This record gives sequence, C-alpha cells and structure tokens, in this order.
Amino acid sequence: MTELSLDGLTKRFGTLTAVDDVTLDITDGSFVCLLGPSGCGKTTLLRLLAGLEPASAGRVLVAGRDITDTPTHRRDFGMVFQSLALFPHLTVWQNVAYPLKIRGRPRAECRKRADELLDLVQLSGVADRRIHQLSGGQRQRVAIARGLAIDPQVFLLDEPLSALDANLREHMQVELRQLQQRLGVTTVVVTHDQKEALTMADTVIVMQEGRVQQVGTPMEVYRDPANAFVAGFIGTSNLMPCTLHDDRTLALSGQTVTLDPEDRVKAAPGPAVLSIRPEDVRLGDAGDGLPARVAFIRDLGESVQFVLDHDGQTITALFSPQARPAATLGDRVGVSFAPGGRVVLPA
Amino acid sequence: MSAPPEKTTPGWLAALPAAWLAVFFLIPFAIMLSVSVAHRVPGGFFEPGFEMGSYLRFVSVFFGQILLTSILFSAAAAVICVTLAFPFTVILTRLSGRAQTVVLVVLLAVLSLSEVIIGFALSTLLSQTAGVGNLLAWLGLIEQSRAFTPSFFALLVGMCYLGLPYAVLVLYPPVSRLDPELGEAARMMGAAPFTAFRTVTVPLLRAPIFGALILVFVFTLGVYLLPQVLGRPQHWTLSVHITDQAIFQSNLPFAAAMAVLLLLVSLAMVGLTLLLGRGARA
Repeated sequence: MTELSLDGLTKRFGTLTAVDDVTLDITDGSFVCLLGPSGCGKTTLLRLLAGLEPASAGRVLVAGRDITDTPTHRRDFGMVFQSLALFPHLTVWQNVAYPLKIRGRPRAECRKRADELLDLVQLSGVADRRIHQLSGGQRQRVAIARGLAIDPQVFLLDEPLSALDANLREHMQVELRQLQQRLGVTTVVVTHDQKEALTMADTVIVMQEGRVQQVGTPMEVYRDPANAFVAGFIGTSNLMPCTLHDDRTLALSGQTVTLDPEDRVKAAPGPAVLSIRPEDVRLGDAGDGLPARVAFIRDLGESVQFVLDHDGQTITALFSPQARPAATLGDRVGVSFAPGGRVVLPA
Repeated sequence: MSAPPEKTTPGWLAALPAAWLAVFFLIPFAIMLSVSVAHRVPGGFFEPGFEMGSYLRFVSVFFGQILLTSILFSAAAAVICVTLAFPFTVILTRLSGRAQTVVLVVLLAVLSLSEVIIGFALSTLLSQTAGVGNLLAWLGLIEQSRAFTPSFFALLVGMCYLGLPYAVLVLYPPVSRLDPELGEAARMMGAAPFTAFRTVTVPLLRAPIFGALILVFVFTLGVYLLPQVLGRPQHWTLSVHITDQAIFQSNLPFAAAMAVLLLLVSLAMVGLTLLLGRGARA
C-alpha cells in the first residue's frame, strides 16, 4: 500500500520556484530523507506536506485520500521543527500531551500517554521539569515524543538534529532510526547532512533547485548516482571530464580507458563526466595510467588521504592505513581506477 | 593583584539617575507628605503642623465612590486597550517591515497629541452639531443627530485613545520576537488557529500583557482633563478632585493627601497585578 503520494507538487514564491513538479510515492512505514544543499526546496517540500504552505499546483495524497486543501490542524501529522518549537510555558509532560489536550482527552489519560512516550524516548523522570531546565539532547527527545503523541500517520522532521554536537547527533541518528523501526511510522526527514541521510533512511531523495535528482536506497545513491550533482553531493567524488566513444571505451586526458562490465555508463556517446570515489583510486608507478604528482598527504587515523595533481586537476584518493602506498610528497605516480567503481554520467 | 573585571557600564553611572530621582522625586514627595498633614488656613494658604484631618475626610461614602470611579475607569481602559492592542500587535508583526514602520510611526505620532487636543477633538467629534451623530442620522441609524458627550462612553473612548499606543509599544518587542514556529507547532499538533492563539501565543506573552495592563492603568489614573471635558461630574476621578482642591478650592493639604492616596492606590494595583501574573505563571 502506498501511504504518502505527491503528484506534481509545485510551490512558487513570486518568480522563484522552490518546489518544482515533484511526483513521489512514499511507502507505508518507510523512513525517507529529503537531502540537498540549503535552498534546494527540501524544507518547503516538507512544509507543503505539513500544510504550513499552500501548494501552487499538484496534490498530496495519504492512502489515496487527497489532503492538499486540508488545513494543518486536521492532518493528524506529527512534526519536529528545526527550532524544536517546544512550548516554554508548559512542563515537559504538558508539552508531550499538548496534542492530546487539544483533542479534548481527559487529563489522566494525557498524563499516562505522556509518561509512556517519555519512557519511549528514555526521558522518564523529567516529566515535571520546564523546557529551559533540559539539555539540548533532552529537548530533542521531548520534541520527538510530542511529535509521536497521537500515533501520527506521517511523522515529519525538519533538520531535527542540526542543533546537537557531532557525537550526540550520531547517537540520536541511530536512536531515531531504531524508534521509527519499532513504531513503523512513515517518516520524512529533511537534512543537508548526507551522512545523516545515509545512516537513517530506507530511501534517500536527493533534491537540487526544487527538483528531485534521484530517489534510491542509500547504497544506490552512493554507488550509482544518477547525475554529476548527486555524485558530487553524496560523499566525495572525483568528477573528470571525458569523451565517451561507445559503451566500452572512453577518452580521458588523451588516454583511452576500457570500461569493465561492472562499470556503469549513464551517458550517451560524446562529452561526459567520469565519476570515481576516492576509495576506488589506485596508485601505480609513473607511466602506468594517468600521470600525477602527490600534492598533499593527510593522515585521518582510520584512513589516509592522498591529494594528487593531474595536469592541474585534483584527484582525491583514500586508502586504509594498511594499504598505504609507498609514494611520498612530490613523487610522480600513475593513477588508475578500480574496475567496477567507474560511473560515466552525462556532462 | 587581580583587578575586578572591567564592565562596559561602570557602576558610578547609576549615581546620576539616583541623584535625579532624589532631587526631583523624593524631595518633592517629602514636601507633599508634609503639606498633606499641614494646617489649612481657610481663605489663605497653609501653615506647618501635624493634623490628620485631610486624611480623615477619605473615610466617607463620597470618597469611596470617587476612588471606585477612578479605579474602574482606569481598569476598564487598561483591559479594553490591551484586548485591542494584543491582536493588533500580533497582526502588525506579520506585515512587511515597511508596513510595520508606517504603522509604528503613526502610533508614535498619536503620542505627540496632548490630553487637551484629544479631549476637545473627541468632544467635537461626539457633539450634536458637528459630530458622528449627523453621520448616523444620515445613514438612518438614529432619527436625528444627538450628542454622545459628556458621558461614561465618551470618557472611556478618550482614555482608550490615550492608552492604546502605549499598550502597542509595550507589546510590540516581545510579540515580534516570538518564534513563528511555536504557532506552527501548535497547529501541527491539532490546534485550530484560534485555539493555537489562546493556548500558545497568549500564555507565552503573559508577562508583557500584564506589563501593558499596568502601564495603561497607571497612566490613565493620572488623567485629569478628559473627565472634565468628556465626563459628567459623577465621572470625575481622583485626579480631577486633586486639581479642583489644589487650584480652585486652594486647599493644598487636602489635595496633597489625595495625591498620596492616589500614589498608594496605584502601587497597590500594580502589586496586585504582579501577584496575579505570578500566580498564573506558577
């Protein structure tokens, strides 16, 4: 069953098109990340789902029912805002129970449900505190508990973890994902952090300039990017201009490269872009592959990064410390690419 | 060895307002206190003394009524002003920056009008010959033009006119700082727009609302011209009677005693409002 469908959803602000003709099906119970650089329209798309912005065109459907014109307060969605938007005049449990109180549930039931939810997010014991007495991570959990209070059909989160420090953020990513799997609620998270998206999502939706660039599992968008933007935005990619002769050979810096059956070709013959992940770059002796010079070596602990200069073009390579090449700074080397790691994209 | 950390505002700067308050507030207040217990010389002035006679005059039904009138008028004006100003300010902060500036400049311009101008303008506007009565008669709402002043209604309108800009100016900064996501969160959680306003916007701004109530109340308590221009004698507030005693009856001790009473009433009401505000918060 398809739970949440967007059909040609469009939002224009004056002459600016923030969300441009987005059509998507989000499966029941899945965890979806809207990923893209700031200003790509992902937050606007989330606000369209929430009903906080009226759509300029298109429809939003939940289980086949058109809710495009349903006001926000009748959608029965849960949401966590970027600023969290917790109510400072209420205690923790009153915040969590607010959606129930609005629906006229008796006080005892509100309190019981709030306690359950606070247990769920591991926050029992702070129910009677005020919001300003909580740490950033605790506030985060309160906001999540409040968003889940009515067992929403759809749970929306706008950059929910952006205010947390790096360690806590990674911890909360795992926790949020586990919570979502346990409850099975259809969840849409907006994030600009690709690592966060890859950690949590079943499906990653990469957006740029209001348009969906690619929809896929984290591994698909990482290993098999649809275009140069996705390749560059998800993780690090070396993007090199090349000319594709046919689906087996291409010309790169005057050399002919023969592609492997596992390499992916998504461009028509002619000018194209070769995308290589840093971990798929191999170093050999000078004269063996593309000529390059070692411009910089960076030890990152878990890996070693080589920055190579090939004819003015920078190629980044990543090795495990065990497989560290013998080359040192300034050495001339030959660069080649692991078969299967090459993706040829439209220029 | 270690000097105390330098502060951007040196403490001695406080000496200036302290001296100012002492010279222009505490000393005159002490003089007024001493005058209030002075011995009145009928037909003349007063001579030093210690008599509680002026204060004893408060213990009468007549004075109870004056006091009650003053408090009721100011309280009504405060409630009406804040009731109007609060939604007004919330809507104002949603306008474009340019529109907000225009509205605020107009409000500030209203502040430049004195009680005299407001009083006489309203008395003309509400009069039989040149007032809104003609408009209402022309519209057929009333049979023929009539005067709406002097009356309870006219005086209250005047006080509200005077107090409204202050209420808006007190409410404007906290309202414009309010995170719009809080209201959106309430709507997301299932609150219809008015419910969100009632359960989130209003409680969040409880302190500024009480602040605006106190300001308008105290401010209109001191109004002494409007009741004479727009009200009937039974609408005369304590401030009017102070003026009357001091200037027309030449009874300075009694006027001073009433001024002390007015100050005490103001303080009591401010304290009561603060207490209510705190009670509601806890």
